[in-house]
Amino acid sequence: MTEVPRLPTSGGCRSQPILKQRGQREVFCGLTGIIWLHRKMQDAFFLVIGSRTCAHLLQSAAGVMIFAEPRFGTAILEETDLAGLADAQAELDKVVDQLLARRTDIKQLFLVGSCPSEVIKLDLSRAAERMTEKYAPSVRVLNFSGSGIETTFTQGEDACLASMVPVLPDTDERQLLLVGALPDVVEEQALSLLADMGIGPVKVLPAPRSDTDLGLGKNTVFALVQPFLADTHAALERRGARHLAAPFPFGDEGTTAWLRAIAEEFGVDADTFDRVTAAPRARARKAIAQASEALRGKSIFFFPDSQLEIPLARFLTRECGMTAIEIGAPFIHKGIVGPDLDLLAQGPTLSEGQDVDLQLDRCRAARPDLTVCGLGLANPLEADGLATKWAIELVFTPVHFYEQAGDLAGLFSRPIRRADLLKLEAAE
Amino acid sequence: MKLTVWTYEGPPHVGAMRVATGMKGLHYVLHAPQGDTYADLLFTMIERRDHRPPVTYTTFQARDLGSDTANLFKTSLQDAYTRFAPEALIVGASCTAELIQDDPGGMAETMDIPVPVIPLELPSYQRKENFGADETFFQIVRALAKPAERTAQISCNLIGPTALGFRHRADITEITSQHSDIDLSLNDEAPMTASPSDIARLGAAHFNVLLYPETAESAARWMERELDQPYTKTVPIGVGATRDFVAEVASITGCDPYLDESRLRLPWYSKSVDSTYLTGKRVFLFGDGTHVATAARIARDEMGFEVVGLGCYNREMARPIRALARDFGVEATITDDYLEVERVIEALQPEMILGTQMERHIGKRLGIPCAVISAPVHVQDFPARYSPQMGIEGANVIFDTWVHPLVMGLEEHLLHMFRDDFEFHDAAGPSHHGGHAPKPEAASEPPPQEAPVQEQQGTNVIWLEDAERELKKIPFFVRGKARRNTEVFATERGVSQISVDTLYEAKAHYAR
Repeated sequence: MTEVPRLPTSGGCRSQPILKQRGQREVFCGLTGIIWLHRKMQDAFFLVIGSRTCAHLLQSAAGVMIFAEPRFGTAILEETDLAGLADAQAELDKVVDQLLARRTDIKQLFLVGSCPSEVIKLDLSRAAERMTEKYAPSVRVLNFSGSGIETTFTQGEDACLASMVPVLPDTDERQLLLVGALPDVVEEQALSLLADMGIGPVKVLPAPRSDTDLGLGKNTVFALVQPFLADTHAALERRGARHLAAPFPFGDEGTTAWLRAIAEEFGVDADTFDRVTAAPRARARKAIAQASEALRGKSIFFFPDSQLEIPLARFLTRECGMTAIEIGAPFIHKGIVGPDLDLLAQGPTLSEGQDVDLQLDRCRAARPDLTVCGLGLANPLEADGLATKWAIELVFTPVHFYEQAGDLAGLFSRPIRRADLLKLEAAE
Repeated sequence: MKLTVWTYEGPPHVGAMRVATGMKGLHYVLHAPQGDTYADLLFTMIERRDHRPPVTYTTFQARDLGSDTANLFKTSLQDAYTRFAPEALIVGASCTAELIQDDPGGMAETMDIPVPVIPLELPSYQRKENFGADETFFQIVRALAKPAERTAQISCNLIGPTALGFRHRADITEITSQHSDIDLSLNDEAPMTASPSDIARLGAAHFNVLLYPETAESAARWMERELDQPYTKTVPIGVGATRDFVAEVASITGCDPYLDESRLRLPWYSKSVDSTYLTGKRVFLFGDGTHVATAARIARDEMGFEVVGLGCYNREMARPIRALARDFGVEATITDDYLEVERVIEALQPEMILGTQMERHIGKRLGIPCAVISAPVHVQDFPARYSPQMGIEGANVIFDTWVHPLVMGLEEHLLHMFRDDFEFHDAAGPSHHGGHAPKPEAASEPPPQEAPVQEQQGTNVIWLEDAERELKKIPFFVRGKARRNTEVFATERGVSQISVDTLYEAKAHYAR
């Protein structure tokens, strides 16, 4: 087989101490995941049970308002619901009746818990059970929490997928399950690479529609395509499925290692593996070499956001020639990002959670060439002369696998190239 | 519980943030979970602010709930004071913290913070963003503003502008320059750019100019009562309103009214022959109460449009907007339900919408041009150029903004003459817009009709096939009006089927 990635001589970052600070966080809550999940699952509706803040977040976080009648909405709690004057469960039934009557295209309904619904302990799992009985078989009703007291940004997708796992039918079929929402074009590339190696059957979670034949059992092996799926990982293992641990499929090295873990599991021979991957690998290397020109020798600082930080730092330091100063992640699950940590040379500060003011102090002192952060921090840092990359774009843009490896490097190099391009002073 | 798809206003603590972020030297400690920090991006992304909003969120988590969220609040408050050294603090709770009843105001009182700490009570489950801004500014003024000796020269405060306000930045500049023409000095503007010590000196002004009742009317009333400062009731948006405003200011100051109109172009532009085509354009207005009320007057009196419906999303303004609608002989739409607004627009079939970013999208879907007159704001509502709504330049800006989405003068006739032309056709839209496109091949084929007749929703009249075809020959930008007029004409006469004759009889009836 192709050469095995060389491990850093330092032994990697897996057992390096992690800086944990407690203070103000500057992150989205899990509800934000609805923005891409509702596009991915085309017969699903996401009903947040929450406050006006939740509704406002959903329309603001998308950056642009989509404004068709979207497949998400908020059941806004009112004074009467909180004072116990109205039975919240009965009120919720009314809202769902209203919704399902108007939207007959809905086959899966997710009741999504929020901070207020969690605090008043509104039992959404009971509601989901009751409604599943009522609307079966035409609509399946599930529930998960996207609340900001429990979930950070991409954890919303994790909670959503985890909620789907227990209701999947049993199957003893030997199969591969790819887990995590990907843009369609990227998902198709992955499926075609796997098919070319003769690996199958391959299923994906989430499926675009609820009426697929997706089942689960002890002969299922699964590969995660996103590093933030810890709860889904646990739920799948509880159903007897087995995880194929690997670095995440970002860049040439990550994609190859990820595919190799699957290929080994399915007994694909080295020649086949090389034949299938050689051409896209060569393209990826060429594209990365071009797109990463502006990145070589530059430093990078990650604020915690999507949990993609560790795999991305691995890609940027090993394939794009960058130096990481700090890699902040909202959570670090070593069982999931361990293989990426192994490849990451020691040196950068690893931090989990956040005290945003202290972290900003560190960032301003280090003056990195590029800072990856949320939308609330980007312009203030730019105004301080620090180039930034909005983290949310990394979740919305196709960045996985070989054909997007150059685009991924390009996302990071664009702010740096732009800073070089702009000439706003007088010529003399 | 109320099902909501899109919302016109954020929660009330976002209103408080708009006040805090507009000000200087003030810090807001908000008891809230981490997800609420999304609100920072409204200011840094939509308004492109180069600083973080001066807000500390306590960001409590589920595991704190059982133990000690109160202590977390105290630590956050102490840290925020130490780090940011503000002249004053405001403290409050977001929707979730309101439920855990930690009482931020009460806790702050027990601490030794050596600057004023102003508690906010913003009921998240009853009220919304504009209330939050108005109440916050009122509480700040009530806590800090003191009676003061009046300035030697007659002066005023401009009150109401906030961060994330619709053209507030430019409106301040315009009204300040208008006042400098009459040697009326500006004592202060608030909340925007004011520090707590500036707020303390608001009483030195002789009167207040209330720019935006949505965000500062409570403070204006309080200052009138406690500081003996009258405030202006006219919002100077539009030519007529600006002239009335000048007269109102003159009556307060006792000086002669004066307005430099040398830059004013709206009246002549509106009279010039190219504007003839604006006559009687049927417009629907929706937005916040203040902008809708001023826009209605401009639409009717200064542009020569016909106002066919109007409304606002902020219930606080329901009463004046209902009264205004009665004056205009139309029905008021008072709702914060986006889908209801869409239904009203669909039923009225206006030729143009003057609304918010939400109505712009409704217009896009229904093929109706739209100009934006009010918040909720979008990144496009913070243009790099100077673009006020108020005063002389504001009137000029409004003329341009409202005319831009429409098909211009002679082009209207070309569309009539060459409606099957590959370039001038229904789907093309006005030629000065990017969307102007050659006619696609498929569109030239009439779509197969499932039924020979089509029943119109909401009416009992039926369009016969011939009439429906004839209607399609009418250019798209007047077709809605023709359809509606014909249906009203038919209904009034008890005609149940519309033929080509009915269509032309209606046309003759409505000919002006």
